[in-house]
Amino acid sequence: MSEITPETVAAHGLNQEEYDRVLNALGREPNLVELGIFSVMWSEHCSYKSSRFHLKKLPTKAPWVICGPGENAGVIDIGDGQAAIFKMESHNHPSYIEPYQGAATGVGGILRDVFTMGARPVANLNALRFGRPDHPKMKHLVQGVVSGIGGYGNCVGVPTVGGETNFHKAYDGNILVNAMTVGVADQDKIFYSAATGTGNPIVYVGSKTGRDGIHGATMASADFDEKSDEKRPTVQVGDPFTEKLLIEACLELMATDAIVAIQDMGAAGLTSSSVEMASKGEVGIRLDMNMVPCREEGMTPYEMMLSESQERMLMVLKPGKEKMAEDIFRKWELDFAIIGEVTDTGRMELTFNGETVCDIPLAPLADDAPEYDRPHVKTPKREALVDVPESTDIASDLTKLMGTPDLASRKWIWEQYDSQVGADTMQKSGGDAAVVRVHGTRKALAMSTDCTPRYCYADPYEGGKQAVAETYRNISAVGGRPLAVTNCLNFANPERPEIMGQFVGCLEGMSEACIELDYPIVSGNVSLYNESKATGGGSAILPTPAIGGVGLLEDHSKMATIAFKNEGDAILVIGGENNAHLGQSIFLRDLHGREEGPAPHVDLSVERKAGELVRKLIADGALSAVHDCADGGIAVAVAEMALAGKIGAQIGMPADQTSPAGFFFGEDQGRYVVSTNDALPVIEAVEGAGLTVVLLGQTGGDAIQISADEARSSVALATLRDASESFFRDWMEG
Amino acid sequence: MAFRSAVITFPGSNCDRDMAVALENVSGTAPIRVWHGDAALPDGLDFIALPGGFSYGDYLRSGAMAARSPIMQAVVEAAGRGVPVLGVCNGFQVLTEAQLLPGALMRNAGQTFICREVALIVENDSSIFTGGYRKGQTIRIPVAHHDGNYFASDDVLDRLEGEGQVAFRYAEKCNGSRRDIAGVLNEQGNVLGMMPHPERAVETIHNGTDGRALFENAIKGLVAA
Repeated sequence: MSEITPETVAAHGLNQEEYDRVLNALGREPNLVELGIFSVMWSEHCSYKSSRFHLKKLPTKAPWVICGPGENAGVIDIGDGQAAIFKMESHNHPSYIEPYQGAATGVGGILRDVFTMGARPVANLNALRFGRPDHPKMKHLVQGVVSGIGGYGNCVGVPTVGGETNFHKAYDGNILVNAMTVGVADQDKIFYSAATGTGNPIVYVGSKTGRDGIHGATMASADFDEKSDEKRPTVQVGDPFTEKLLIEACLELMATDAIVAIQDMGAAGLTSSSVEMASKGEVGIRLDMNMVPCREEGMTPYEMMLSESQERMLMVLKPGKEKMAEDIFRKWELDFAIIGEVTDTGRMELTFNGETVCDIPLAPLADDAPEYDRPHVKTPKREALVDVPESTDIASDLTKLMGTPDLASRKWIWEQYDSQVGADTMQKSGGDAAVVRVHGTRKALAMSTDCTPRYCYADPYEGGKQAVAETYRNISAVGGRPLAVTNCLNFANPERPEIMGQFVGCLEGMSEACIELDYPIVSGNVSLYNESKATGGGSAILPTPAIGGVGLLEDHSKMATIAFKNEGDAILVIGGENNAHLGQSIFLRDLHGREEGPAPHVDLSVERKAGELVRKLIADGALSAVHDCADGGIAVAVAEMALAGKIGAQIGMPADQTSPAGFFFGEDQGRYVVSTNDALPVIEAVEGAGLTVVLLGQTGGDAIQISADEARSSVALATLRDASESFFRDWMEG
Repeated sequence: MAFRSAVITFPGSNCDRDMAVALENVSGTAPIRVWHGDAALPDGLDFIALPGGFSYGDYLRSGAMAARSPIMQAVVEAAGRGVPVLGVCNGFQVLTEAQLLPGALMRNAGQTFICREVALIVENDSSIFTGGYRKGQTIRIPVAHHDGNYFASDDVLDRLEGEGQVAFRYAEKCNGSRRDIAGVLNEQGNVLGMMPHPERAVETIHNGTDGRALFENAIKGLVAA
């Protein structure tokens, strides 16, 4: 009698064509364990079946790239025999269902991806998208996600130093929680996942396996619906205390020469870790399911293989090292069990109570995995803006903008994160890039997560470029040399050609930017099916390819910050042209209710030149403050610099500009606002590089005073600060 | 003679390295790292630090399980002999749970974790830890905690204030602590527990260096003695 019915197959998220592939691979009908394994390995989440075709085209190489995509995280050379190891990953669906645990385990998972490779995690960042603040669920979601990220990161002792948060109604029913971890390792102590050596023991360490998170990967690969609350039991529960012990135990063992290969148990748990380790090493694997440490009695092999219990790792050890390794894990009060061995069969064999419960060839699991070149249509070009609104009172509009959800101070969020544990944090959230000293050196890592989804929605190609360019700019603005990026590609249902068109367009833009900026992609994650009917919206999220950039400061004493430092410094706008671009701007959307017009164009050769110039000026000590000019344009950049430095500014529109709103709130790309006590050499350097420079005004006083043609307006810093801090304060404490 | 200090690591401690780095930075000598399961402390210690973190994941109550670690018996004995003991953040929680200091640390009044630099007023400038400051001086040191809301009965608080055992007070709204207490000393003045992290305000890369004087004074006093 067959236990596999068409309903069983459908419940595992496989379509008929995919099930036929399973039958073909096995030459027989699978049992339930085998079907479960195929289903998770071929889920969108694990197999990247809709995206793989396009991901292959991304630029991933540079002389400083030690390991690109395909391992647990990307690895780059940061000099002196050291490496930075980093990745970003999504935990969107679980965070909507159970925000605290969803976000917490998202942090836990990405941390494991990084320390699995031998790195001590030194920084956490995140990229969050929420729906409308007045959506009935949103306050609860924001509170839960923020406390979940803090609850996990604070406890494991990794500082959360940066991130970004946006609000838009497109995320009402499907928020995005993307977490990034950056770690530092010695280049001769980097660990990979390929299992080798027939007979080598396979060891399970960490927490016990429970019944939580079964089918989490499958859930992450489908649209949301009204019943998503019923999926709460598929959300895993995190234990950051165990993770902290696991980090210390793994790093202690990694300091010896006992480990052949190591992989964390993330999505699809024991299944994906064991299959990936064996596949990468082109070996077989035999596991005795009776040896798996279980939290509950009576767990079946099916449950053990599909559980997504957290804080677990799988390792292949060198023979004879078992006792030494076990002593380390026992000291840290963690489970340690030899559960199997590497074989030369190329098959995955599982036994339970003496019986074989799974016997499948590994090659087809990887090689025959479905791959789709899904139909895609190009996003139509947006019409140029007509009836562009003007501003008659720049200071008043600036004050309003500083209080909008997307521009308001995020202090309420980042004060809930321990941003300083490690005592190496030099810049946390609130500036451009976060900066963390490489412990015990003069070097520092600069890191930033960025994406402007409204640009990606209006123009996926320009939006994809812009996301990469903005991280490049943020890292340059602190004086760091941008080295490489990770990404987290959040899109809606890829089976819809217009969504697939957004995906393809964004990837082309990202690719182009990474090539032009010499800034390869070394790791990443794709999250599809981010759309929900849960709130009656039936809506897709905005295309959100979040980019996490990492750069290096060779000498951290040269670091720049956004804060004005002195009264009487000149303020300049340098880099790209000031074309008064208001299409898709925050000004147009939040003050005039119009999400219209084309996204700003990103000139990559200007980005590169401007970045190189800014870094050189910072290294030469020529600038007293530097800030990327982004959301909200020049006026918002100046206001942020003034608030950070508690020093005001007098700024004016140059004579060749015609629109005050366009000049002060336009979102043209490739620009930096800088201050200096010696403007002339800076102006000469900018002009010498063939870039645009505008003398905007000077620092001083306790207000922002703005002149545009004959119009004068002014706002006190105290008023701006109150506007900026009132959004979260009133929302959360009101 | 070289300064001989120890930093205790409990499972879940996460500021142990930071404390060790700060002590080495100021004293020039690396502290001895001690595991919570050890039964004895190294001989001849001049200074013992209990670092911040989440010992045992804050399960049960912050600091409660760590206070019953084997090593804590030895720390209590050393404190009784007059060895200076500094507990920061989770270390403060452990010291109250071990009853080396009075009072308890409850969940922050606002219910959320708080990480920010705060202004502190120095209330005692005569202990080995606080002698490098002036009474009434305002210093800035970061806090990072979820359970820093200091509680003790009025009798106990009156006694602490009367005996000069309040070391630091918050100069701004922070976590709901009674009488804004941020750090307390024991009667003998050789045990200090404080929620703010002086080890995060020691080097020029930190936002400020107001924590440095605490370590400098302790080291100076001990080396001189």
